[in-house]
Amino acid sequence: MQVHEYDVVIVGAGGAGMRAAIESGQRARTAVLTKIYPTRSHTGAAQGGMCAALANVEEDNWEWHTFDTIKGGDYLVDQDAAEVMAKEAIDAVLDLEKMGLPFNRTPEGRIDQRRFGGHTRDHGKAPVRRACYAADRTGHMILQTLYQNCVKHGVEFFNEFYVLDLVMTEVDGKEQPAGVVAYELATGEIHVFRSKAVVFATGGFGKVFKTTSNAHTLTGDGVAVTYRRGLPLEDMEFFQFHPTGLAGLGILLSEAARGEGGILRNADGERFMERYAPTIKDLAPRDIVARSMANEVREGRGCGPNKDYVLLDLTHLEPAHIDEKLPDITEFARTYLGVEPYTEPVPVFPTAHYGMGGIPTNVDSEVLRNNTDVVPGLYAAGECACVSVHGSNRLGTNSLLDINVFGKRAGIAAAEYAQTAAMPELPENPETFVAGEIERLRTSDGPERIAAIRRDLQETMDANVQVFRTDETMRQALNDIEALRERYKNIGIQDRGKRFNLDLLEAVELGFLLEIAEVVTVAAIHRKESRGGHFREDFPDRDDENFMQHTMTYRDPESETEGIPGMRLEWKPVVITRYQPMERKY
Amino acid sequence: MAENTQAAEPASKIDLPASVGGEAGGIPSFQVTAKIARFDPERDSEPHWEEYRVEMHGTDRVLDVLHKIKWEIDGSLSFRRSCAHGVCGSDAMRINGRNRLACKSLLKDFQKNPTDPVEITVEAIKGLPLEKDLIVDMEPFFQSYREIMPFLITSGQEPTKERVQSQADRAIFDDTTKCILCASCTTSCPVFWTDGQYFGPAAIVNAHRFIFDSRDEGGDMRLEVLNDREGVWRCRTTFNCTDACPRGIQVTKAIAEVKQALLTRTLA
Repeated sequence: MQVHEYDVVIVGAGGAGMRAAIESGQRARTAVLTKIYPTRSHTGAAQGGMCAALANVEEDNWEWHTFDTIKGGDYLVDQDAAEVMAKEAIDAVLDLEKMGLPFNRTPEGRIDQRRFGGHTRDHGKAPVRRACYAADRTGHMILQTLYQNCVKHGVEFFNEFYVLDLVMTEVDGKEQPAGVVAYELATGEIHVFRSKAVVFATGGFGKVFKTTSNAHTLTGDGVAVTYRRGLPLEDMEFFQFHPTGLAGLGILLSEAARGEGGILRNADGERFMERYAPTIKDLAPRDIVARSMANEVREGRGCGPNKDYVLLDLTHLEPAHIDEKLPDITEFARTYLGVEPYTEPVPVFPTAHYGMGGIPTNVDSEVLRNNTDVVPGLYAAGECACVSVHGSNRLGTNSLLDINVFGKRAGIAAAEYAQTAAMPELPENPETFVAGEIERLRTSDGPERIAAIRRDLQETMDANVQVFRTDETMRQALNDIEALRERYKNIGIQDRGKRFNLDLLEAVELGFLLEIAEVVTVAAIHRKESRGGHFREDFPDRDDENFMQHTMTYRDPESETEGIPGMRLEWKPVVITRYQPMERKY
Repeated sequence: MAENTQAAEPASKIDLPASVGGEAGGIPSFQVTAKIARFDPERDSEPHWEEYRVEMHGTDRVLDVLHKIKWEIDGSLSFRRSCAHGVCGSDAMRINGRNRLACKSLLKDFQKNPTDPVEITVEAIKGLPLEKDLIVDMEPFFQSYREIMPFLITSGQEPTKERVQSQADRAIFDDTTKCILCASCTTSCPVFWTDGQYFGPAAIVNAHRFIFDSRDEGGDMRLEVLNDREGVWRCRTTFNCTDACPRGIQVTKAIAEVKQALLTRTLA
């Protein structure tokens, strides 16, 4: 075992982690631990854009952006946080441009902007051009630009280091982090990183679902690790299903396709969004479009031999326009489905995309231990965190914005904290738990296969906790998850080696997925209303009187929630500043 | 103002052709024989071939074959992968003798007829130290990348708002901004195979991305780096790199443009 010492340890090297590292690395001794090479992070798969009210191409302001974010999130957004994000969006985009990001340009040479779902002029009057973009590879350019700037500033990376535990200690009667325990993929060695501050930026957990736009590596590691340490998770029932995944595959086709004029059609060739969102139609927020698509299929207007998808129609757009603005996603359609988007509509169906919930933080990215108190020295940013700027449904482009605004805030806050804080003492043998788990799994020889359990988990989540949910379906999922957790105790892996043992790490990641799936499902059962990305057929209406609040789920051996022992669920008020909840119509 | 790119409002209803939906419908299945170069550093002194037979489907890719083997036959088969749709650059490997991303290599592209059996050979990319099975040490590759100073270099105070860049200036380096650092190009280059010190195509592509960016002022420094003995002049224009690039970057053309810049610019 090796022990390292840093002021700040950042876990994860996607957009949020690297944006934090650029700030922290210039202020304090910083290490970035990442389970994959930084440039492999899933920020790079984001396509359409990053919204900021630059008003480069038409009138716009941050107040409209704030309103859209809050309404888009079905009023479960903390309004103070949304305001911070929308205001700082402008500098966040300009920061990236100054770092070198090659945005598309207007004829005057300014950053160009385009339309995106739910982003409107003057509180919903019409779509507005707010998304700054680089073709349909905006996330790729953000990831590359942030990595380039990490290289420029000499940020220290530990590549292919899996952080499997957060070390907590008590200082002056308060629990706070003393570092993390990591597993080095190349050698199988355990490392302890002692630090004053820890920033989690580990991304999402979309792999709890089968049909997903998420990378194989998105197994919610940071979310599960903090949860296991007794810290709460907020709003985990809200998961976004992106309307336009390639049918059957889940590969993302950006909302920019609709921002650039693409439309959705059913088997009758009908532009069905005219019925569901008469004002902004195909550019309604994702939860509404995804639900409308699923409803078309359910009512028999789906396409294909199994009538199980709808069509994204770009055929009325000029091929040159498609090539310039949407080159990657049209290539995905050609490569993976053999469809030529110039002339044929593309089969699409909703795909699990983004977890609105996560590790609760305040606007300074400090992690909350309960509804009001922070854990000193612990920070989270990006998809693994819940500020909450996305409420019950995130607007397109606001994730690239979130990672930049709150990644930067986390990096600054962690470094400033470390400048005055003392280095906490490590508890005795901080690696014991991880070393034991690793050895147990590495030598496991039970009859259950990792892939089979993971497949069964993903199938029950797709079948029972997806776009449409009921108490009955979710109870089914919960029963299935409990059975899978039992099976997980009897797994066997085949790779017994120390070096690059990915078999072992898939087993570890499956443990995280099972844990998170249970939290998602229990929180979803508990929320007996429909709001944003959480739609209950047995409670189809929003119920502000009872549920206009965040859920906070804790691991607690003393408690039981929805029949699940070891979990405690509490409510946390929503911060409302200037916008009173209204009916959400588009 | 930007031109209004929104076309006229599309029709509320159209007649769809009967064929709509491409190949998402009936999907044929077929046998795949995969020969994979295996290497366990804790047991083997050199790689050896193992053969696996699996049943796959018409939309599957080589990555799906590798997953099926790992998940159902031999969990010790080791390879990197993440996004699984060609944007993260994790799974570059040598497939049937050519560098490709496993997640972008459709099995049906190795077939004449949709139910024909498929044979594939898969081995690690060449020229970087082999670690295990299909995993190589990427560090020398990223070292070359870092040496060309892959970041915007400017002088003076930053502008209040964005730097202005014309659409034409932005277009000049558009192609080389697509690079995902998968190393397909560099590890397909015969010069790199024989001389691991050569910067290789990927580093030159990323130098190009900044040298031709009108906002950047570090072009001469980068050109000086690439004027080195292990720099751009080692390129023998074999076009392997361009063929290998999963992002369709005109790699050889970019290298030629860097050579041209070296010939026409006065170095500091």
